[in-house]
Amino acid sequence: MALKIGDYKTEVHNDWCPGCGDFGIVNAIQMALSEMQIPRHQAAIFSGIGCSGKTSHFINVYGVHTLHGRVLTFAQGAKLANPDMKIIAAGGDGDGLGIGVGHFIAAGRRNLDLTYIIFNNGVYGLTKGQASPTLRLGEKTKSLPSPNTNYNVNPIGLAITSGFTFVARGYAYDVRHLKDLIIAAVNHKGLAFLDVLQPCPTYNDINTRDWYSGMDNLDESKKQHSRIYKLEDTGYDPVVHYDSETEFNEKLTQALIKSLEWDTKIPTGIFYKNEIISQYEKRIMDKIPNYMENPPSAQVVSSNGKPTADISKILDSMSV
Amino acid sequence: MLEQTDISWLIGGPQGSGVESGANIFSRACASMGYEIFGKREFYSNIKGEHSYFVVRVSNNAIHSNINDITMMAAFDAETIFRHADEVIKNGAIIYDSDLVTAKVDEVHNMDLNYKQRLLKYLDSKNKSHTIQGILDIVQERGVNLYPISFRNVLSAMADEVNNPRLKGMVRMFNVLGVSFSLGVLGMPPETLLSSIDAIFAKKQTIADLNKKTANYAYNFATAKFPNFTYRLKPVEKKSGTILVQGYQGTALGKMVCGCRFQPYYPITPASDESVYLESNEILDVKENRPGSTVVVQTEDEMSAMGMTIGGALTGTRSATCTSGPGFALMAEMLGWAGINEVPVVITLYQRSGPSTGLPTRHGQDDLLFAVYAGHGEFPKMVYASGDIEESFYDTGRCFNYADVYQVPVIHMMDKFLASSVVTCKRFDSDKIMINRGKLLDKIEGDYKRFAFVPDGISPRSKLGLENGIFWNTGDESDEYGHISEDPEIRIKKMDKRYSKLEYMLKTIPQEEQAISYGASDYCVVSWGSTKGPILDAIDMLKKENINVGFIQMKLLHPFPTDYVKSLLKNVKTVIDIEANQTGQLGLLLKQNLERSPDYYILKYTGRAMTSTELYDSLKNIIANKAEKRQVLTHGA
Repeated sequence: MALKIGDYKTEVHNDWCPGCGDFGIVNAIQMALSEMQIPRHQAAIFSGIGCSGKTSHFINVYGVHTLHGRVLTFAQGAKLANPDMKIIAAGGDGDGLGIGVGHFIAAGRRNLDLTYIIFNNGVYGLTKGQASPTLRLGEKTKSLPSPNTNYNVNPIGLAITSGFTFVARGYAYDVRHLKDLIIAAVNHKGLAFLDVLQPCPTYNDINTRDWYSGMDNLDESKKQHSRIYKLEDTGYDPVVHYDSETEFNEKLTQALIKSLEWDTKIPTGIFYKNEIISQYEKRIMDKIPNYMENPPSAQVVSSNGKPTADISKILDSMSV
Repeated sequence: MLEQTDISWLIGGPQGSGVESGANIFSRACASMGYEIFGKREFYSNIKGEHSYFVVRVSNNAIHSNINDITMMAAFDAETIFRHADEVIKNGAIIYDSDLVTAKVDEVHNMDLNYKQRLLKYLDSKNKSHTIQGILDIVQERGVNLYPISFRNVLSAMADEVNNPRLKGMVRMFNVLGVSFSLGVLGMPPETLLSSIDAIFAKKQTIADLNKKTANYAYNFATAKFPNFTYRLKPVEKKSGTILVQGYQGTALGKMVCGCRFQPYYPITPASDESVYLESNEILDVKENRPGSTVVVQTEDEMSAMGMTIGGALTGTRSATCTSGPGFALMAEMLGWAGINEVPVVITLYQRSGPSTGLPTRHGQDDLLFAVYAGHGEFPKMVYASGDIEESFYDTGRCFNYADVYQVPVIHMMDKFLASSVVTCKRFDSDKIMINRGKLLDKIEGDYKRFAFVPDGISPRSKLGLENGIFWNTGDESDEYGHISEDPEIRIKKMDKRYSKLEYMLKTIPQEEQAISYGASDYCVVSWGSTKGPILDAIDMLKKENINVGFIQMKLLHPFPTDYVKSLLKNVKTVIDIEANQTGQLGLLLKQNLERSPDYYILKYTGRAMTSTELYDSLKNIIANKAEKRQVLTHGA
């Protein structure tokens, strides 16, 4: 029996603020899971702390609401022990790029086959609107006592240079496009990063829905232009097609340059995709050939309470 | 009847000069002749150059510790002689590089200024020159035999003989020279030396060959030149099924056997040896099945190590991490998450001296109370301590069972003393480890609640990937499904459910797993962890003088087995707390739980492990009623 979107919804009351961009992201995840027909018990949502941390409670698959900044560590641990799980990690920009940025970079270097979605709204919503790492220098969102004194992190650029092999950006109010990006991310063989622009209607009065749709972005004839555009509409090719340094560098630098666009034109879609770099799972298989067919979670460690592991060869070498 | 043998041999040199492999060759040679071995390594937080030494005690009786007296020392640098010459006993021997005799105290740059000043004062007080010759004169007057050998000349002569000029300047052969001279002077059969080298360098044949050539030459040189040493090591009756094991191998092998298949870790002394060893043996032989494996991951920090360990445990995999105090401090937040979500994880905690970086390569038992109280908020956990390497193998199996059965994080207390000891013990018996996964489910039908309220407080546990077993976890308080709940009634029920486990543990864990009583007496030592060895040996020494001292070794430290310990101490008049920390942390737990404080404390916090000699002296003082309430031990360089 086919699984419908409703099958991926829980009955948990959603207490996000009315108009929050987070709703669009949760809907997109549920749509993607249903479109991919992933059996509910084979998927897990890991989430961090903050408004976005509650995501896992709204989706009817295994849900692990972890700690501030640490979502990737839990998610990678689960994936390493049970590589058959489809794992999506989700968290805020403060969570992933502030307190958790060390894990962000380390995860990129590993390139495990999972998806990480950052709900990027420029503020720490649940603690009443402090500046997050993606808020631009000098900007003053409404609950800040004074303008932001830190330069911003470039999430797309950081992901690319950290070793993520799929890097994309979505917009929380373009749910269908976001759903397609999530499917592409989950199907990608390796670590996928999805930066989702997610207006916070309560605390970010700069990067609002109206700002993204370009209410103030007028040309000479006073015509409004949405700031958001799709890379795929411009003929942009994000894919590293073959194993050569020139190809790698070209695709990497074009993505980096694209990641710098902001203010009046903000790209969404896939910036970079590289399936030539090995997944971490493959690197483990170089040492442990049967890792994928007999991963830690599948191993039979006891038989009638007796251990199955046999260390007699090691003990022989210690015998005197 | 067998001759009584109990000698201690010390080898020292700059870090990186092969002190450890020298000691391993010596230990293995002695063990292969049937002797019991207790060896311990001391080293600085340094890669090359600082003073490092290894003391190996060799006996034909059961031994569990080092003693103060050194029977023989092999030294190929000045610092070793300056620091340890005084520990060598009358009729003992110092085999040393004769090229060093003119070396002055001031020329040994690695020695701490404070130590130099004490040393100069000492030499002055004996009217001796500030040189190696000065310190050697002092010990010679005491009756220590001096065996000077020019290490360089021996290498050079040997190079000529085997026609290998490259050997002449090979100072990295000094360690093997030291060992071989020693075994020659001790009159050991040379084959044991050569086969020991083969075993140690099993994977490096050329190195083994070169070492054996050198060893053979040096051995013959020493036997010819110094044939009359008082102490001789003859083969003794060999106990079958003996292994020579390094400290960190006990927990690592325990993990392999008991089914730990996932270990993320972050490098830290003295814990990482265990993880590196696990990874070196990552592919496992499995009876009647395809090979298994342990996935060992080096993470970016200890928070990641702990987060990954929990993630692994959620898939039903037995998962652990291994760290030391500073790393454990970083894990504390995640520990609370594992606690509130009832995730079985094992943290193997190889303690060292704190606070902060403290004495990073030195021993300490400073983290008992930290382990008991680690993490903010209130949640149940278990703290369990091993007393020696053999125990640590079996205890590792227990810790994973406790974690699974009670669904709590378990902190397995180990320490630097255990990690850097080398001992002979009975071959580990995997059949004695039983695996109990508790209420871990393989199959689920119908509505499933991960945190269902059940009478014993322990809900059946699903795992990621199991059909019909979907659950939610959160660091927030949650309902039976695991969804966030701030409802006051739920809060009370969940808190009480989790806390009921502590009582349940005490009811269901057999008493012999909680604490071990080595007989109670009017005087009784209460201690935990690696002090066990020195305590057992000290008590044995007292027994020979018809002085009985009891000993209770605490293993389960949290929850505290109050009733059991109370019953053990019922008739005890004087309680003596022995610990390697400054404040007597177990003493505080006794006071808190038993409402009875120790009458005496014997504490050591120099970062060096206790010897049975100093414990014997302290205990004797207590019994003679000549001791202060708090005695601080200081032995060891």
